Amino acid sequence: MDTILNMTGALCLLLGSFLCLSGGVGILRFPDFYTRMHAVGVTDTLAAAMILIGLMLQNPEGLVLLKLLLILLMTIFISPVASHALAKAAFKNDLVPLTNSSEDKGGAES
Amino acid sequence: MRDLFAVIMMTGIFGLLSASFFVVMDAVDVAFTEASVGAGIATLLMLTAVTLTGRSEDSERHRPLWALIVVFITGGLLIYGTLDMPYFGTAQAPVHVHVAPRYIHDSIQETGLPNMVTSVLASYRGFDTLGEVVVIFAAGMGVLSLLRLERRPGFDQIMADSIFYLMHERHLILRIVTKMLLPFILLYALYVQFHGDFGPGGGFQAGVIFAAAIILYSMVFGLPTARRVVNRTFVRLLAAFGVLLYGGVGVVSMLKGGNFLDYDVLASDPVAGQHLGILLIELGVGCTVAAVMVIIFFNFSDRKNIL
Repeated sequence: MDTILNMTGALCLLLGSFLCLSGGVGILRFPDFYTRMHAVGVTDTLAAAMILIGLMLQNPEGLVLLKLLLILLMTIFISPVASHALAKAAFKNDLVPLTNSSEDKGGAES
Repeated sequence: MRDLFAVIMMTGIFGLLSASFFVVMDAVDVAFTEASVGAGIATLLMLTAVTLTGRSEDSERHRPLWALIVVFITGGLLIYGTLDMPYFGTAQAPVHVHVAPRYIHDSIQETGLPNMVTSVLASYRGFDTLGEVVVIFAAGMGVLSLLRLERRPGFDQIMADSIFYLMHERHLILRIVTKMLLPFILLYALYVQFHGDFGPGGGFQAGVIFAAAIILYSMVFGLPTARRVVNRTFVRLLAAFGVLLYGGVGVVSMLKGGNFLDYDVLASDPVAGQHLGILLIELGVGCTVAAVMVIIFFNFSDRKNIL
């Protein structure tokens, strides 16, 4: 039982780290603000959740579990809302989404 | 870098990175303070200031030669001063042999607190912390005396109505999530405040988190609405009350026959006295920090709204 929990936890941690990394790659490689935000906004929430679940599985008892659960709940609420607010602010300030990537390889300034 | 917005973001990132660095060094209390103050509320207050001043730096540059010379001389002197210091990490350094062993060995018996940082901050080094609180209070008073504006009567109401309308129309998601999260943020601030004796936390961090909750509320629901919840006079009184409470604990301990800020005499038993004293002064610190942060934010954004 202990080994199974440990293995699943490790797997979750690994997956979370991979998602973090892919989000990082996305923010560097994607062409404009909205696609970059998409890369980070989506992976960030899931990565944080995965890492927290992994930590919970590594230590499944008592106060630590409760605290991790609270952090997870907070992250699930805050992270998407932050992305939403950021995207909305950008859109309201007339940052036009990139529609044809062949025109402008430079990205965010448009 | 000319873009002030980018500079502020850099400062925030720097704060967050130093917080992680402190965590690696096992200084959790310092990391907590750095994350909440350096990365959190300082960035926020600077952003509020930038909305007043404009985003780009003034293009006219001063001649930095004299400043450069002064910096070189001061830096050289400082480096010269470090030559006499013990090597980094030496066990024989005065900081390790002078008072630290006493804190490490005796602080739990003397104050009854498991968190050594809190007992050093609030009890052994009570004077320093009093100084810090007075500095924060003075900063708040400075902002208040420089930036305070007399407002037209009825202005608040008009603003409140227009912002209330805008909020209903536009920021539905933000509004709802903020409303859901606010009680938890406030609860967490209280937890940090009163759990500081046992784990990382304390008055400074709790005050900042409390202020952050109020600032979040006023950003999403508009300043006038926040004003109705958090009265301006009340906030000013709270800032003064914190310092008074801190000083008052010192005076009471003097009246009871001890030294200034010597909590041993506050209760019949020294450990209980220490506990009571630390709890009270942490409360004072929390009150002042929260109130001053709210005062600074309110005054900055007041100016923005009127000018």
